[in-house]
Amino acid sequence: MAAIEVQDLCRQYRVYRKREGVLASIVGLFRREYEIVEAVRNVSFRIEEGEMVAFLGPNGAGKTTTLKLLSGLVVPTSGQATVLGHIPWQREDSYRRRFSLVTGQKEQLWWDLPAQESFRLHREIYRIPDDEYRRRLDELTDLLEVGRLMARPVRELSLGERMRMELIAALLHRPDVLFLDEPTIGLDVVSQRRVQEFLRYYQKEQKITVILTSHYMKDVEALCERAIVINRGQVVHDGQLNAIVDRFSQHKILDLQFSDGQVPSTLTRYGQILETRLPRVRLQVPRQQVSECLATILAEHSIDDLSVSERPLEDVIAELFSQPGEPTDHGGSL
Amino acid sequence: MRVATSTPDRLRSAVRLKWLILKTAIEERLAYRGDFVFSTLIRFLPVVTQVFLWRAIFSNDAEKLIRGFRYSEMIAYYLLVMLARAFSSMPGLANGIAGSVADGSIRKYLIQPVDMLDHLFWHRVAHKLVYYAIAIGPFSLVFWLCRSYFPGWPDWTVIWCFVASLLMSFAIGFLIEAWIGLIAFWFLEVSSLIFIYMMLSYFLSGHMIPLEYLSEWLPFVEYLPFRYLAYTPAAIFLGRIPEHRLPVEMMTQFSWIVGLFVLNRITFARGVRRYSSFGG
Repeated sequence: MAAIEVQDLCRQYRVYRKREGVLASIVGLFRREYEIVEAVRNVSFRIEEGEMVAFLGPNGAGKTTTLKLLSGLVVPTSGQATVLGHIPWQREDSYRRRFSLVTGQKEQLWWDLPAQESFRLHREIYRIPDDEYRRRLDELTDLLEVGRLMARPVRELSLGERMRMELIAALLHRPDVLFLDEPTIGLDVVSQRRVQEFLRYYQKEQKITVILTSHYMKDVEALCERAIVINRGQVVHDGQLNAIVDRFSQHKILDLQFSDGQVPSTLTRYGQILETRLPRVRLQVPRQQVSECLATILAEHSIDDLSVSERPLEDVIAELFSQPGEPTDHGGSL
Repeated sequence: MRVATSTPDRLRSAVRLKWLILKTAIEERLAYRGDFVFSTLIRFLPVVTQVFLWRAIFSNDAEKLIRGFRYSEMIAYYLLVMLARAFSSMPGLANGIAGSVADGSIRKYLIQPVDMLDHLFWHRVAHKLVYYAIAIGPFSLVFWLCRSYFPGWPDWTVIWCFVASLLMSFAIGFLIEAWIGLIAFWFLEVSSLIFIYMMLSYFLSGHMIPLEYLSEWLPFVEYLPFRYLAYTPAAIFLGRIPEHRLPVEMMTQFSWIVGLFVLNRITFARGVRRYSSFGG
């Protein structure tokens, strides 16, 4: 059964376009020019209950706007969406009790008080029965290892500790849908991993539906099998995360180890040399020519070891987002 | 998840929520003790300057009547206005709402099943309670030292009306400032509006001078809500509003609360629809 259904969702913003200079500022007092920015354009997708889906895209692609639409923070210009059968922007209390939005801005907690005070407030806001509240709080504080920090004012916690407290606040009422917008932004490697492991465990245990946006591909690869890629407000890929590499990467990587310790000067005719650490060479070759390249190299040179691999997802995505032009639906170019 | 569903359960839950907001906000307010005590005490300074100013104005003849006020009545009026302002002033409320719209932190109130205005109201009640707890000492001292300026205790009807008027002045002050804050849904930056409001309210609420001094030039001042922020409670206590007029005065003040409440609700509902969730 679908937890989230989105059909042709659009959101436009009217943005004041200010020209450069003092004179333009004065003119702007009397006559203003506006432009329409299409933050989300005809976005459609469907997410089943219990799925954990990555929402990928460069800055300004429309990811956060889509999450805001699904959280009911923003009303769409056109299109439809339902989350757990509710229309999000109607902001019914019965819907707001069933989802949580966690952003990197970490703003659910009272800054000057210990997190436990904010959690008590959440218990009342979400009307969580006392026994269930205590059980949930114990469970979450154990999982996130923050028991000793509960009595410390939030402003004195580190970024990673605050993020873990934010996650507790978001999950205390056992939401059915969780929107995570850059949950590990700014965290150190240890905190990132801890949050990542917690999310993986929690999602598996509770079978909640999760949409995750993140610029850290390690988060995405560790947590999600499916990815929706959005660019310039439009969905350009919706499918398996691994398929992004198959679909958009035009190259593969050959790792070669030469037995004589010499790198042949003719190697560049097969592709681009990415790294040389004698006797090893890392070569990027066009996807369609992998077999032909391998055959030639093996025939002409003495090779001790070789491997063929896909390009790292992070590189493919970075390349995908950096390419200019309109998105197309069939492989390769955007 | 199990949630309270029956009406009594919901009611109990709503009361518990308000009580917890109150408690939490009190705890938050007490987090910065030094700053809070200092800012509370510093508010008494303007009273001293006002006393000296009016002493200078009445220096020739303390029994002289200026627009119906003797020197002693004027001092009593100022002390009562100071008390009324302790109820109706809402420092930081409009700015706080506007700031949360501009930086996106308002989303907390929009995604949780909580009523923002209700939440902020109880938050403000907590702030006021903490303020009164600290300020009651200096207030009592000032009133005791200045007791000779007062004509004496009015009868119980007047006292009840005075207390009711003070409480309603709190509601009116809250609703006006909250409404100005909500205008940020349209203009984002409302600091100029807040400045204009502060100026107007200082002048038109009777905070600067009693409204008797203004009514000749600004007769419409009678029909504005600002008078309930300072003038009306003080005028009730001093008997400047005849007892037979008190029911009408109370009803008018209450009607302003209802009107401003509706205005806030409409503005909030429209603002949220317009909201673009700035701040990333």
